[in-house]
Amino acid sequence: MKMKLFSYNLADTFIHRLSGLTKLICFLFLTFAVMYSYDIRVILVVMIFSFFLMRASKIQWSQIRLMVVYVAIFIATNAVISFFFSPEYGTQIYGTEHTFAEVFGISLTYEQLFYQVTKMFKYASVVPLGMIFLLTTNPSEFASSLSGIGINYKAAYAVSLTLRYFPDIQRDYTDIHLSQQARGLELSRKAKFFDRFKNSLLIVIPLIFSTLDRVEVISNAMDLRGFSKGKTRTWYTARKFTRQDIIALVVSALIFAGALSVSAFINHSRFYNPFI
Amino acid sequence: MDAQPIIEFSNFTFQYFSQAEPTLHDINLKIFPGQKILIVGPSGSGKSTLGHCLNGLIPFSYRGEITGSLKIKGEETATLDIFKLSKTIGTVLQDSDAQFVGLTVGEDIAFALENDCIANKEMHERVSNVAQMVDMESLLGSSPFELSGGQKQRTSLAGVMVDDVDILLFDEPLANLDPATGKTAIEIIDDIHKRSGKTVIIIEHRLEDVLHRDVDRVLVIDDGRIIADLDAHALVASPILKDTGIREPLYVTALKYAGVAVTEEMQAGHIETLRTEFSRDALQDWYGNLLPAEHLDARPSILAMEDISFSYDGLRPVLEDISFDIREGEMVSIVGKNGAGKSTLSKLLCGFEKEDKGHILYRGEDIKDKSIKERAEIIGLVMQNPNQMISKPMIYDEVALGLRLRDVPEEEIAPRVEKVLDICGLAPFIEWPISALSYGQKKRVTIASILVLDPRILILDEPTAGQDFRHYTEIMEFLVEINKLGVTVILITHDMHLMLEYTPRAIVLAGGRKIADTAASVVLTDAAVIQEANLKETSLFALSHMAGIEEGTQFVQGFIDYERRLKNR
Repeated sequence: MKMKLFSYNLADTFIHRLSGLTKLICFLFLTFAVMYSYDIRVILVVMIFSFFLMRASKIQWSQIRLMVVYVAIFIATNAVISFFFSPEYGTQIYGTEHTFAEVFGISLTYEQLFYQVTKMFKYASVVPLGMIFLLTTNPSEFASSLSGIGINYKAAYAVSLTLRYFPDIQRDYTDIHLSQQARGLELSRKAKFFDRFKNSLLIVIPLIFSTLDRVEVISNAMDLRGFSKGKTRTWYTARKFTRQDIIALVVSALIFAGALSVSAFINHSRFYNPFI
Repeated sequence: MDAQPIIEFSNFTFQYFSQAEPTLHDINLKIFPGQKILIVGPSGSGKSTLGHCLNGLIPFSYRGEITGSLKIKGEETATLDIFKLSKTIGTVLQDSDAQFVGLTVGEDIAFALENDCIANKEMHERVSNVAQMVDMESLLGSSPFELSGGQKQRTSLAGVMVDDVDILLFDEPLANLDPATGKTAIEIIDDIHKRSGKTVIIIEHRLEDVLHRDVDRVLVIDDGRIIADLDAHALVASPILKDTGIREPLYVTALKYAGVAVTEEMQAGHIETLRTEFSRDALQDWYGNLLPAEHLDARPSILAMEDISFSYDGLRPVLEDISFDIREGEMVSIVGKNGAGKSTLSKLLCGFEKEDKGHILYRGEDIKDKSIKERAEIIGLVMQNPNQMISKPMIYDEVALGLRLRDVPEEEIAPRVEKVLDICGLAPFIEWPISALSYGQKKRVTIASILVLDPRILILDEPTAGQDFRHYTEIMEFLVEINKLGVTVILITHDMHLMLEYTPRAIVLAGGRKIADTAASVVLTDAAVIQEANLKETSLFALSHMAGIEEGTQFVQGFIDYERRLKNR
């Protein structure tokens, strides 16, 4: 039974060939650039760039469809809620007020609209970058890149272990679920909510005990092969740094610097104000 | 031998902090470089504890009090830590699946090197060299889900050999392997021992399987003491195996049934070395006087499959055109290697999955429309690992669970639970917490919690996995008792002793098809079936040929019938 938590795609593009560490750093550079700047021009540039990368990494629509749906719902809710909580935030930021309509006694301003559209583009440019990183990086390379940016390797390795044993635990769960069902357990809507909660304990308890058995074996196996004896470790899946890695790092550093300089020298603030 | 011992125990005693008594008493033992040692002993004898002392899990992970000394390569282990020890002793654990830490074969082999901060280039070279030694170089990129049990074990072996250790320690290497893979595993260990000259220590209770290849010494441990240190021929000629409850090789049992007094000069340690000139006549006489057992089969059908096909993804068939008919009160085993479709078959029977084609009949009636819950009242499934089933802290509640979930009134539950606990020999423990029980008793609790629903058919998945001979016999004789009460028993198993001794009939699956459905004695003497289903020919068959008996299959059948009669007496 093959199950993958997130389906790492095996295509061979220049993005796949970059080292995991490079991809993580580039991802952080671009994300910070977009998160810092509220200049829609900068954000649009990064967004177009990230769509281009998405194209280049040959990610299939079917792989990301579900994620895209969730993200879209999140962005939409976020927009509605932030409007109702502070409908005048835009005017506060930009210092002017151009009302074009009114709903429920709240005035709709171009400033607020502009602010919220900018924010939406921010998400739209970061999310594809995250997807690209997750889907083009081999999971254990992902762990090695986390440790590359200074996260303790024991914590980083936990990521890789989770991916390794998740399917096993999932299979245990299915088996236990079925066998308890055979004993008469009802988890469907036919049962009352409280009963359903009580009944789910009947699955969780055996799952915990059989997982604890496994944990003991795994931790022994890791100790016996010297895990955690040194301050650092190397990674079998680590890739060598190539010229492409350096180019990628330079490009994303430039975008980051560019975003900062636009704010610092052109806008003299984090916001771009078209209303003055 | 005047060489320095590589391992030396002197007056070594160990007691876990959680135990009232020492687990190992006053061990004195010398092992010399390049030796191949087999350590046998029943469960709880201390053999695994001895292994843990060698590889440093004691005292690193399991705390306790050590007195006396243990030197490895002349160094006192008390002064070493588990990491230093792991450079000298490599351990291959019993559960090669849980031991597989990496996401691919290559990563898993490299694990120890990664922890040593070996540079990437050197790491890849060493991994591919050692992968070649165990024939895994073409699978370096595979994930554990794509590998067979044997391949996982090869990976574990490579993972410890990559460190160039002096001593290889195998902790029950055969426990999770099918017979043919287990045989190959013993051959690989032997080849590596011969080629590398490393010291090899195997801890295992499946004596006959390990003795498929030569060993230098066999140590027998019982009650925390080394009670014997001898070679294989002397061991099987001595009464030690019987006294400690370790299963002797089947052909040795046959010799004894035939009235042969097994002596050291018969060289009975391995079937290949056995000198039959001492026993030929006795075996032929015994065989000539065997009474054929009567096999009645007029019982009505209780469970049948008709042309069942099934596939998980609609593309790759897992089961194809399976038909069989099981009669009421039968005890049947379903065998075949991992992935042959055995567990899928039981899932179909319990209604966890729906067949794509064909019918499942209970007493001639199609049970297609019965839900999982309804089928459970006819067909009970006992899973391999009791921890996967037990969900209540108290024995009574655990057994009563199935009835309570069916809203049976409490006053009716009590007598039913008491009755079934009585059958299962658990009546004295009715008020006990489950945590106080041994593994075998927990297994009984899970069987009791299924039996309480009064199913007519019981399916057990590997009921004796990981059990020593004593517990194995206990569990199996218990199932025979249940079977005599009229419950039809279906066993899913790898264990060839089990199918030979307890199930008159075996259904063999390979690649999703039924390739045999006949007496166990026929299956285990049929070369084609053995090969296709990853089984191993029984040593009784070889014995009959060595004794000049032509009808090997009948000889095996005769042995089984004879043994059954002895047990029933």
